[in-house]
Amino acid sequence: MAKIAFDDDSAVVIIGSGAGGGTLANELCQKGIKVVVLEAGATQSVASFINDEWKSFSQLAWLDARTTSGNWRIAKDFPGLPAWICKTVGGTTTHWAGASLRLQEHEFKVRTHYGAIKGANLMDWPLTLKDMEPWYDKAEDKMGVTRTHGIPGLPGNNNFKVMHAGATKLGYKEVHTGRMAINSKPRDGRGSCQQIGFCFQGCKSGAKWSTLYTELPKAEATGNLDLRPESHVTRIEHNAAGKVSGVVYVDKAGQEQRQKARIVCVAGNSIETPRLLLMSASDKFRDGLANSSDQVGRNYMRHMTGSVYAAFKEPVHMFRGTTMAGIVGDEARNNPKRGFVGGYEMETLSLGVPFMAAFLNPGGWGEEFAWWMEHYSQLAGMWLVGEDMPRESNRVTLNAKVKDKYGNPVPNVHFDDHANDIAMRSHAYTQGERIYKAAGAIRTFRTPPYPSTHNLGTCRMGTSAADSVCNAYGQTHDIPNLFISDGSQFTTGGAENPTLTIVALAIRQADHIATLMNQRAL
Amino acid sequence: MQAIRIATASRGAASAATNGHQVPLTRREFLKGTGILLGTLVIGTPIAALAPSRAWALELKALDTATGDALLKFGRVLYPHPNLPDAVYALLVKDLDAMAAADPKLAGQLRDGVAGLDRATGGAFAKAKPAAQLAAVKAIEGKPFFATVRGKCVTALYDNEMTWTAFGYPGESFSKGGYIRRGFQDLKWLPDPPEGASPPPFLG
Ligand SMILES: Cc1cc2nc3c(=O)[nH]c(=O)nc-3n(C[C@H](O)[C@H](O)[C@H](O)COP(=O)(O)OP(=O)(O)OC[C@H]3O[C@@H](n4cnc5c(N)ncnc54)[C@H](O)[C@@H]3O)c2cc1C
Ligand code: SF4
Repeated sequence: MAKIAFDDDSAVVIIGSGAGGGTLANELCQKGIKVVVLEAGATQSVASFINDEWKSFSQLAWLDARTTSGNWRIAKDFPGLPAWICKTVGGTTTHWAGASLRLQEHEFKVRTHYGAIKGANLMDWPLTLKDMEPWYDKAEDKMGVTRTHGIPGLPGNNNFKVMHAGATKLGYKEVHTGRMAINSKPRDGRGSCQQIGFCFQGCKSGAKWSTLYTELPKAEATGNLDLRPESHVTRIEHNAAGKVSGVVYVDKAGQEQRQKARIVCVAGNSIETPRLLLMSASDKFRDGLANSSDQVGRNYMRHMTGSVYAAFKEPVHMFRGTTMAGIVGDEARNNPKRGFVGGYEMETLSLGVPFMAAFLNPGGWGEEFAWWMEHYSQLAGMWLVGEDMPRESNRVTLNAKVKDKYGNPVPNVHFDDHANDIAMRSHAYTQGERIYKAAGAIRTFRTPPYPSTHNLGTCRMGTSAADSVCNAYGQTHDIPNLFISDGSQFTTGGAENPTLTIVALAIRQADHIATLMNQRAL
Repeated sequence: MQAIRIATASRGAASAATNGHQVPLTRREFLKGTGILLGTLVIGTPIAALAPSRAWALELKALDTATGDALLKFGRVLYPHPNLPDAVYALLVKDLDAMAAADPKLAGQLRDGVAGLDRATGGAFAKAKPAAQLAAVKAIEGKPFFATVRGKCVTALYDNEMTWTAFGYPGESFSKGGYIRRGFQDLKWLPDPPEGASPPPFLG
């Protein structure tokens, strides 16, 4: 591993080691570029991951204080936990389920396709699916996505059998075990899925792609990476010319450190990324870094989500095997006849008894709740995930009233569901229930959204500095050597789980940074 | 997951004394300001098989026996599972007692809350008829005392091995090699999806 001096200003400093940051680090290191990765969380491994929902949650989740506001149900159910994401080396790729879908062509051009929608800040991406295709190819190959590049699909578990039976009865056509960044057979030095069933707790077989044991060790092997866990960045600094010059962070020992940088890339996930830009406000940039558009922190998206659980007369044992074991893709298309724009995916999901108690119906109690818990072994479950509307008023701001342990303002996450989100959720619930009824369900239940697992859009990309934070390469319009390298870049959300797109954008960004460095443009 | 951390006690005080980690019952009852909950697991149930002994005892640090008993019943009203033994609900009391021991204000909230439930049921909530208990609980829904107890139930009642066993959730699976050879696709009451939708597993 490289050791880069604090005053060495020739390296790229990346904040965060998850899907965006971890991938970017490896791509840059492979090109011979020196990289410092600063990661707030500690290092775990397949050996230290725990097959226990709450214990694992304490081990991996981001639990620093956050506040919420708005009419979304999360503000009532989980006021201190707007998002379910990680603080650990590898970021949320330790937790994630592995679903890896490309955005659809029209989803890069929603303003064009959907038109103007009241209360929504729709904008076309400065990129098309065609631009992205080669990068998607590289990302799928890197992550070993099933049903791409000749990689076989995963075997379906019992939860998928139920979904498949019901969905095909209803006439759905795109029903299969999905495109998953989980090895269906050994690949890239990692083994195949053992159907352990604790994908959300860190994959103990290493079959599921995570930057923790793919990108980061590969980057380290080049000798170009200086990875510093337990290093919490609190500020990005700039010079008199208005270029970023380094970052300040608190290290493992609680000491403040200053790392100089040639380029800074922020990949802290879509709540911490804008928070850091806002916290780095200075005399020169009074509203925060890269914020001349006033869009930093705005257009926060979290996908339209919800779940349907169904009880059957016979056992299902949905917890056996991959958590996200299959998908129905037919509703992902844009078909405004359904009463909303955009579309949604239906993906199997399973929770263990401990998480089921917390998430099935937060706040719920009494006989009905008890009935559902007692029928645990007869339940099947699916998650509904669709495109939500970006809104300027849905935003991450600094809450000056609440401070974190470093004395910095915590982020407040404000979210109001758009009417389109509500109409889509209602349609998705109905279809989910119909699928399970077609498979013989005796009862179905509409579970409200979990804390946000997909956090997007808070530093959106666009063609103009007037209405976006960064360009199509994630380079901020205002500060040429400051990059956004995570899902904050998303102009709009699409219906698909976002990580494949985050990884594809990171690979593309690495290529661009290397070009600019070679041209001495940075 | 919470293991069964309620101490197990043998029936008689004498044998409890020889149990090593157990304090004799007689002495325990003299400890000032403490209470104790006792129970027995039904033999032959999968849950009893988990416990080293059928009889269990929970020693309270901050709450008295009557308060502990009322909280146990409150848990049963909130999450009524006839098939779960009192030993599971005692885990709720154990967690609330620990919170009360660490926080006198919370101890007060619990004691006052129970006193309120007692009043609402015209005497002892723990001994009241189920309908009266339910009405008393409904009347305080959303109040801080209700929120404290209900919130604690989520982990106390559902994050322990006894409940998991009763509901058919085995927990950890890595040490057993996952489910690839242990029934992850053993559901027989629906047709198997075609291979295109669900290819065969790779077994090495
Ligand atoms: C339960 C669950 C299931 C999911 N399933 C899927 C799925 O199936 N498919 C899919 O596409 N997506 C899924 N996701 C979402 C996916 O995990 C995220 O989209 C992805 O990991 C985001 O990548 P990122 O790089 O933006 O952030 P992350 O992966 O969250 O990484 C951000 C990192 O930055 C660090 N960091 C933040 N602030 C600082 C700071 N100030 N200083 C230093 N470090 C900092 C954090 O500690 C973290 O490690 C799932 C998420 C969850 C929680
Ligand atoms: S089911 Fe497969 S991917 Fe999920 S944790 Fe187990 S081995 Fe890993």
